[in-house]
Amino acid sequence: MNEALVLGGTALAALSGVPGLFLDRRAPTPHGERAATALLAAAAALGVAGAAGALLATAPSSGLALPWSVPGGVLAVRVDAVAAMFLLQIFVVAALGAVYGLEYWALRDHPDDGRKLRLFYGLMTAGMALLVVARNTVLFLGGWEIMALAAFFTVTTEDRDPAVRQVGFVYLVATRLGTLCLLAFFALLHHATGGFGFVGPPGGAAASPGLATALFVLGVAGFGLKAGLMPLHVWLPGAHSAAPSHVSALMSGVLIKMGIYGLVRLGALFADPPLWWGGTLLALGAASGVLGVAFAIGQHDLKRLLAYHSVENIGIIVMGLGLALLGRSLGRADLVALGLAGALLHTWNHGLFKSLLFLGAGAVVHATHTREIDHLGGLARAMPRTAALFLVGAVAICGLPPLNGFVSELCVYLGLFRAVTMPGGGLAWLGAGLAAPALALIGALAVACFVKVVGAVFLGTPRTAHAAGAHEPGARMLVPMAVLAALCALIGVAPALVAPIVARAVDAWAAFALTPAAATAVAPSAAGGVAAPLADVVPFGWISVASAALIAFLAAGGWALRARLRTAPTAVAPTWDCGYAAPTPRMQYTSSSFAQMLVGLFGWALRPQTHTPHLAGLFPHKAHFQSHVPDAVLDRAALPAAARAARALGWFRWMQHGSIHAYLVYVLVTLLVLLLWRGALA
Amino acid sequence: MRPALLALHVATALALPPLLLGVVNRTKALFAGRRGAPLLQPWLDLWRLWRKGTVFSPTTTWIFRAAPVVAVATALCAALFVPLAGQTPPLSFAGDLVFVAYLFALGRFFTIAAALDTGSAFEGMGGAREATFSALAEPALFLGLLVLVRRSGSLSLAAMLGPGLAASWTAAGASLLAVLVSLVVVLLAESSRIPFDDPNTHLELTMIHEVMVLDHSGPTLGMALYGAAVKMFVLGALVVRLALPFSLGGPWADWAVFLAGLLALAVLVGVVESVMARLRLTQVPNLLVAACLLSFFGLLLLARTP
Repeated sequence: MNEALVLGGTALAALSGVPGLFLDRRAPTPHGERAATALLAAAAALGVAGAAGALLATAPSSGLALPWSVPGGVLAVRVDAVAAMFLLQIFVVAALGAVYGLEYWALRDHPDDGRKLRLFYGLMTAGMALLVVARNTVLFLGGWEIMALAAFFTVTTEDRDPAVRQVGFVYLVATRLGTLCLLAFFALLHHATGGFGFVGPPGGAAASPGLATALFVLGVAGFGLKAGLMPLHVWLPGAHSAAPSHVSALMSGVLIKMGIYGLVRLGALFADPPLWWGGTLLALGAASGVLGVAFAIGQHDLKRLLAYHSVENIGIIVMGLGLALLGRSLGRADLVALGLAGALLHTWNHGLFKSLLFLGAGAVVHATHTREIDHLGGLARAMPRTAALFLVGAVAICGLPPLNGFVSELCVYLGLFRAVTMPGGGLAWLGAGLAAPALALIGALAVACFVKVVGAVFLGTPRTAHAAGAHEPGARMLVPMAVLAALCALIGVAPALVAPIVARAVDAWAAFALTPAAATAVAPSAAGGVAAPLADVVPFGWISVASAALIAFLAAGGWALRARLRTAPTAVAPTWDCGYAAPTPRMQYTSSSFAQMLVGLFGWALRPQTHTPHLAGLFPHKAHFQSHVPDAVLDRAALPAAARAARALGWFRWMQHGSIHAYLVYVLVTLLVLLLWRGALA
Repeated sequence: MRPALLALHVATALALPPLLLGVVNRTKALFAGRRGAPLLQPWLDLWRLWRKGTVFSPTTTWIFRAAPVVAVATALCAALFVPLAGQTPPLSFAGDLVFVAYLFALGRFFTIAAALDTGSAFEGMGGAREATFSALAEPALFLGLLVLVRRSGSLSLAAMLGPGLAASWTAAGASLLAVLVSLVVVLLAESSRIPFDDPNTHLELTMIHEVMVLDHSGPTLGMALYGAAVKMFVLGALVVRLALPFSLGGPWADWAVFLAGLLALAVLVGVVESVMARLRLTQVPNLLVAACLLSFFGLLLLARTP
């Protein structure tokens, strides 16, 4: 029943952009975009109902399985608690983004690409929903590819712009490489399990240590590329900044989480993973987090900056996942529960506040036509509601109480602290002991970065005429943002409301490796697959008490100051600038100057590029100074490696000449060879 | 007895912070050969500021007015979770150390945002410094707390700094000493004292905290200063408890020891400010990284102990 609801929602989402193709795009009433949004909203209602049904069900569902003519493929779908968590996120953010798109990318303003955008937006949503519920590797890959290719077409919505085409190409290469890794991964999985089932019974991988290692490495590479884990993030900053903002919100908030979904399922495959798996994920996550936020601080393109924060938050999620695997290896049920709960809850939380921030950035771009932070400023006066909502997202992403980011980061912290208290020496506790301060550093750097964004974009005075002419967006853009902000506050103040959902997902994950089919796993251990009850290890009630205390103090202080200011004589005078009486907007601290010290401290990784003018003589000429932080991994590693590979593989080009019939011949010949080989083996 | 102790906790957290500043200032005055202002002078200053009028810059928004409120609220809220004199604080839960550290981060977020709200280059400069230096102080604080977490096997400040702390000193004294030194450095950095920042400087170019609140006046300035004082008090309470972990048998005697320790800490801060110069700004990160490393050595030393 729940599966049918979700599949119905998926189908509606896939078709949501189709009616618009047949309707007049220049009509005064935009029926096409309304139909697309209505269909996507209906799809979201069905999908959310299905996911909620699965979460409320007392007995786990046995799923749906229909025959499918594709070799190895079965239309097998099942909604368990883990899948339901991801489904809720997909459908909620996609529907809110579609409403936002009504105003942000109105068909009237974008008659050339508005229909294409809506078609692929719906397909991308459908692909994600399909892969999350798929229980067959062929079906999973089908959903994965629909999502990845639809995302390519949404990223390149403005394909008239050469820069957009270029980032689209980088994204396409990255996603093809990821799929290649996944193809190898699923082939090996088939070898290990003898079936095409992805997760759920009959599951569990019986693999030799070598095969298990290969599965782990391929899975981390393939899923990590989609998640944007450092150093596999090279496609992410460009794609997120080039796409329309509600697409960026869906991609950053939800699409990259599909990589996390894959990693979560990968982690569940083995009942007793070796210790270094968890350690590797913990280290990768910490590196991704610290370097992601360090790169973010150096950016002055608003959406690029937000994109690097996705790299950071993916790092925090992967740290939680690594902790869960460590707990499984060590037989520590509390670490499994805390790590996985932190990872899954942060996946939700990041989906909420990062979507909110991208929608807020979209409102800024919509109003000022620039993404350059140093050209903005003072927008809080012209767009106070957007500023307040963006501020909520900024405080939440820094993990500060009383908002939702704090809850999930606290789960990861608690897990790391518990790992540190493990008796005896050993590398595990020391690794956790290094990861906790790394998480603290990530949090503090995020504060520095987001106070810079809020300050440079919304506070002070407008730096350019663009910023001075800003205006508040309409309700169709503000309401989706307000809904996301309200969810951020709700999870932050009352985490006990969502705790049962997360606990169900954690139990589903932990119990999986203990299914009878998994008894032949690498080296089964009795304690390996159990998670401690979540409510026992996370003080959800206390988080609410602490948040309430903070809010009470804030309210009391605000009331006192308000009462005092009502009677106190208040004057208005220009900002004190060391006695200088006529400060101008150009004298404000810019985002680049704010970041300069931190960029210098992380210069060894960021490799900032500065252009410093040479001044000579008593009356030097007008000069320019500029600095920017390009993506060091893309420019110094990925692109040179790609160029070398292109040179080395140049002789293959005789096969690549772009005529379809030749490609068909290749496919035919390959098939024949495989058939003959199969026949020879038999 | 418990309600009386809780009342003492709250009263101390509310009343004592400006007095500590009075002690610091008096120490500096004595070092300079002056008599110095009365110990109550900071309280009198706050009262004077509260009764004054305010001046707001036309560039500022509601965030500028909200920032001092957030600074005071977060610091006072943190004071509810920190054990004073080794007694259980009014509120305590597993992981409250993260909550306290993040409360300070929330206060910092709004203080810097208010500085940027004025549109002044100097206040932006101060905000950038605050953001940079506190980002480096944060890992030092967490590494130090991790040592206490491992020693006590507990995740709440109340238990980490509780009765078991004295035994930790005998079992792992070197670790705790390293953490103590590191936390004193964090205290000086976070409360913007010499050698990180000079609260008495008169040059906006070189200040950190003072320059961020340059545009605040009257009640809002008073709240910002009071919030900073409470923050220093909370961090100081951690340091004092770590340095004086023993118990004299009764809670009132412990309170006496604790208050004497706070007094000594304030004198120490005053002495440091009298005998040291402010570090060059470019050298501040080095000192903070050194504090991180010191705490990390403390953690490494625990590898051998069970």
